[in-house]
Amino acid sequence: MTEIKTVLQDYQNREREYLIPILQDIQSLIGFISPDAIAAVALHLKIPTSKVYAVASFYDQFKFLPFAKYRIKVCNGTGCHIEGSGAIYDELVKLLGGETRTELFSIERVQCLGACGNAPVIKINDKFYIAVTLEMAADIIKSIKALEDAP
Amino acid sequence: MIEKGQDTGLTGYLIEKVLKNYSGDYPPDVKREIDLLLRRHLRRPVIYVGTGTCGIAAGADATLKAAKEYLKINQLEADLIEVGCVGLCSAEPLLDYQAPGRARVSFQHVTADKVYEILEECFHNHISDEHVLGQVASEGHELWHRIPLIQENPFFKKQHRILLYDCGEISPTNLDEYIARDGYKAFLKVLMNYPPEEVCNIVGQSGLKGRGGGGFPTATKWNNARLMASDKKFVICNADESDPGAYMDRALVESNPYRLIEGISIAAYAVGASKAYIYIRSEYNLAVKRLQNSLIRAKEAGFLGENIFNSGFNLQIILRQGPGAFVCGEETALIKSIEGHRGTPETKPPFPFEKGLFGKPTVVNNVETLINVPLILLHGPLWFKSIGTETSTGTKLFALTGDTVNTGLVEVPFGITLEEIIYEIGGGIKNGASLKAIQIGGPSGSLVPAAHSDLQIDYEAFHKRHQIIGSGGMVVMDENTCILDMIKYFINFLQKESCGKCIPCREGTNRMYEILQMITTRPKQNDKHESLTRFQGVIQLENLAKVIKETSLCGLGKTAPNPVLSALEWFREEFEEHVFERKCRANVCKNLIEYVISAERCTGCMVCMKKCPYDAITGAPLEPHLIIRDKCTSCGICYEVCKFSAIDFI
Repeated sequence: MTEIKTVLQDYQNREREYLIPILQDIQSLIGFISPDAIAAVALHLKIPTSKVYAVASFYDQFKFLPFAKYRIKVCNGTGCHIEGSGAIYDELVKLLGGETRTELFSIERVQCLGACGNAPVIKINDKFYIAVTLEMAADIIKSIKALEDAP
Repeated sequence: MIEKGQDTGLTGYLIEKVLKNYSGDYPPDVKREIDLLLRRHLRRPVIYVGTGTCGIAAGADATLKAAKEYLKINQLEADLIEVGCVGLCSAEPLLDYQAPGRARVSFQHVTADKVYEILEECFHNHISDEHVLGQVASEGHELWHRIPLIQENPFFKKQHRILLYDCGEISPTNLDEYIARDGYKAFLKVLMNYPPEEVCNIVGQSGLKGRGGGGFPTATKWNNARLMASDKKFVICNADESDPGAYMDRALVESNPYRLIEGISIAAYAVGASKAYIYIRSEYNLAVKRLQNSLIRAKEAGFLGENIFNSGFNLQIILRQGPGAFVCGEETALIKSIEGHRGTPETKPPFPFEKGLFGKPTVVNNVETLINVPLILLHGPLWFKSIGTETSTGTKLFALTGDTVNTGLVEVPFGITLEEIIYEIGGGIKNGASLKAIQIGGPSGSLVPAAHSDLQIDYEAFHKRHQIIGSGGMVVMDENTCILDMIKYFINFLQKESCGKCIPCREGTNRMYEILQMITTRPKQNDKHESLTRFQGVIQLENLAKVIKETSLCGLGKTAPNPVLSALEWFREEFEEHVFERKCRANVCKNLIEYVISAERCTGCMVCMKKCPYDAITGAPLEPHLIIRDKCTSCGICYEVCKFSAIDFI
C-alpha cells in the first residue's frame, strides 16, 4: 500500500489523462495491479473503480497476478512463429509439468520482442536466448533449476 | 540568446557556429571540431558496438563488456561507442573498428569470445577476413588491403539509405554529433525563415505520404489541421508499432532519436501545435530510454520549451508509453488511449484534424513519416522527388524476416520489385528452398504468391490490386510453410487484438478463426459428408470475410480479412487439399494427420506406448498395439520413436 501511495504522490491534482501512466508506475514498482491499487487509483482520480479496471484489463501490459521469480517470455512474432516458436512454447510447458505458472517459473507468449533476425527468441527476465531449439530449451530450464537447488 | 545550451559548452558553440551559419563555410576551428565529431579525423582508434535491441538479443552487451576489458588489460587508449542498428540483424552482434587514417571495418557475429582475438589483430594493424563483413570507403581514409567494401555487399548495394544513413554510425544520444551531421539545421531554417504555410507547401511538393499504412499525403493532413481555428492543437507521433514482425520504428528511434524529435518539432510548427505526444510501445525499453534522454538534452540545449530561439514558438513533447494494444495503431483509438480510456476507435468523421485529442485539432503521424520531414526541408522537395517513382516518392523501410538468407531492416526506393528485395538484398531463400509467398504489411496485409514477385513497390501498383503496403513488415515464406497455418496465425492475432467495440470484427474474426481451426484439424467422423461440410466452411469463410471488410468500424476490422481473402485467391488448392485429402503439403498442420499402427509390422515393443504423452496407445507386450482415436492428438511422437516403421499416417 505504501508503494501505491508514493506513486500517487507524484500525480497530485492530475486528471484522467494520467490513469495509464499511474498504472504503469504501480506495475513497475510492485509487479502487478492489485485490487487495492485499483481502488486507490480510482479514489485518487475520482473515477469509478469499474472504469479503472476496464482500462487496466484492456491493455496487455497490465497483469493482475504477480509473476514468478523467472518470467519466461516466448516470442510469438511472425518470424518466430515461422521458425517454430509454438513448439518451443509447448516444450517449455511440458518441461514445467504442463503448467504455465509454477513456484519458480511463469511462462507467457508475448508479441514480437523485436529480434526477428535470430528467431525463435525467448526472454527470461532480462536475458535473451536466440535461435532456441528444443534441446536448448530443456538445457535452459535445467540450468536454472540447478542454480536454484544449489545451496 | 542560447543561455540554456551554454552549460554543455560544445553544444552552444555548435549551435552558434554551425546552425546559425547559413553560408556553410566554416572557419578552421569549427571545421576541426566537426571533423572530430564526424570521425573524419580521429585522435585515437574507435570501436563501435551495435547495441540496438536486436544486437543485445544476440549478445552485444557481452561483446561491449569484452571490448572494454580488452582495452583495460592491454592499457590501450580507444573510444568505445555504442551505436544503433545498421539493419543486418542476421549478422549481429556487429563490432566495427576504425584506426586513425584508416577505413572503418565491420565484423559480424562478434560474440564476446571472439572479441579478444579480433581486437588483438586490429590493434596490430592486421585484419584477417574470417569475421569481416566489409570496410567502409570514405574520403581521407586509407582502405585495407583485400577487404571487401561494405557498399558492395549485396545486402547494402540495392538499398537507398536516407533514413538509415546515420544509423550504426552516430552515437544515438549525443546531440553534438547529431548537430555535426546537419541535425536541427532544418528546424532552425524553418523557424527563422518559413511561415507554417510554407512548410506545408514544401512537404506537399515533395509528395511525402504517410508511412504508417494508409499512404495519405502528409501535407494535406497538416494543412487541414493548420486551417482549423482553435486555441490548442496537438501533434501525436505514433510509435506504437505492434505488427508482429515489424521493427522499423524501433530501430529508427534507437539509432537516431534526435531526428524524430526534430521531425515532430517541424510538424508541430507547421500545424501550430505547442504540445506534442510520442506514443511508443512500452515493450521498447531501450527506445523509450534513449528518447527520454534525448528529450532532456534537446530541452537543455534550447530546442524545446518556451520561445525557442526567440522565435515565439513554444513546444513541449510528452512521452507516453503505449500499454500494449494493436488497435491503438488506429489514430482515434490512440487518441482515446492518451486520454486515459480503453483504446477503442471512434467513427470518422469528425476526423482527428477537426476533433482529436481532448476535442482539439490533432495530427497523428507515424515515426517513419516524421523522420523524412527534416531531410525534405534540408535537401529540398526536388531532391526527395528524385527518389522513387513519380507518384510514390522517397524510400520505404521494410523489416525483412522469415526464410531469406539475410534478414533485417532494409530501406529501398519506391519502384523496386519484390524480387529484387528477396533475391538481391535478402540473398535468396535459405537452405536452397524455393519461394512460396510473401506477406506484406503485417497480419492485416496481403499475401503475394511467388508468381507475382515481380510486383513493384509503390502505392499505386498496390492500390490497383486492392492491396496495401502497410507499415513495412515483409515476411518471406518458403515452400515449407503452410499457408493455412500462417493465415490461422494472423487471424488468431487479430481476433485477440480486436477491441470488441463493433460486432463484425469482434465476432467475425472469431468465427474465421474457428473455421480455419476446423479445416486444419482431423474430422470427428470419417465420412464423405464431413468433407462437404468442411468445404462449406471455406465458402462461408469467403462470405464472412467480405462482410467484415465492408461493415467494420475501423482499419483493424476493415483489413482483418485481407490475409484470408488473398489466400483464397492464390492458394485455394491448398484449402481443398486440407479439406478433401486431409493433406498438408508443408507437413505443418500435424493435427490433420491420423496415425495407425500396422498390425503386421508392430512387434509389440511398447516404446510408443511409453512415449505417448496422452496415453492414447494400448496393447500388451509382443502383441500389436492400437491407437485410441479419441485420445490421440496426432502429435507424431509415436511415429518418430518407432524403430520398426510400424506407424503409418493417413
